[in-house]
Amino acid sequence: MPDTKLKIGDREFDSRMIVGTGKYADLHVMARALEASGTQIVTVAVRRIDLSDKSSKSILHYIDPDRYMLLPNTAGCYTADDAVRTARLAREAGMSDMIKLEVIGDDLTLMPDPVETVKAAEQLIKEGFTVLPYISDDPVMALKLQDLGAATIMPIGAPIGSGQGIQNLSNIRIIIERAKVPVIVDAGVGTASDVAVAMELGCDGVLINTGIAQAKDPVGMATAMRLAVDAGRLAFLSGRIPKRLYAKASSPTEGLIGK
Amino acid sequence: MRITVNGEPRQVADDLTLMQLLQKLDLVVERIAVEQNRQIVPRSQLAAQKLSDGDVLEIVTFVGGGSHA
Repeated sequence: MPDTKLKIGDREFDSRMIVGTGKYADLHVMARALEASGTQIVTVAVRRIDLSDKSSKSILHYIDPDRYMLLPNTAGCYTADDAVRTARLAREAGMSDMIKLEVIGDDLTLMPDPVETVKAAEQLIKEGFTVLPYISDDPVMALKLQDLGAATIMPIGAPIGSGQGIQNLSNIRIIIERAKVPVIVDAGVGTASDVAVAMELGCDGVLINTGIAQAKDPVGMATAMRLAVDAGRLAFLSGRIPKRLYAKASSPTEGLIGK
Repeated sequence: MRITVNGEPRQVADDLTLMQLLQKLDLVVERIAVEQNRQIVPRSQLAAQKLSDGDVLEIVTFVGGGSHA
């Protein structure tokens, strides 16, 4: 079945999976997992250069810039000011205006701070950034950020790293129905079926980090996630049957013997 | 003069440019960004930009990260 490409800002992608590069025990394994996932966008964080230890190879050594677009994030920021400052540094270091905006509001849940996220998004959009905001599964926030000019809406499926899968299917469905920009489920995806559920609902993509990085076999899980994105997307495009309370025979009820 | 680089105090020669400091620190300019007293110094201005006593610098790069990494 023909499909459109994933369009973020003015860029188009064949893959509908964004993969995070954190939490890998081995960067060689990360490189192979990225390849197995088929992703074209990988997220990276912005941090101080370690001036005392330059022996360890940068993660960028393992990410082929011709193959993957680097998507810097503002992970670790708790205020709009810090997020804007980090985004500006990321643009200078990466020479791209795309930023995954993440402003955390609570350490235990790592849920986004909606007030600071809106403040940062406003400022960054004004400065010409292509902003991909991380938000709770809240349709009101989704619409607010869309109206501000966000390039995507990235609602959580479940808390970051929790692997619980999509917790509020109704909210994600409402967000998809109302969004005019791509909806990418960010966080909470634990295994392939979680990805398939997101894609079957009509999400435009998923972002996965922990689910792949911390799997026993990250390369195997990256492959499973890729297949699940494709399977879920195809199921969505193909139009599922409605759910019913009672059975509906799939063999003819006429011509039965003995009648 | 005394400056602060990534939170650490450092003694450096007077009249240094940012580019000279980066070279002293053995840093390649690719994929890094420099902030001088909270102002980003564009790559193209690193060679011309002088350091002053008391400057606070942040030099950042990209590391592995997904969400909240």
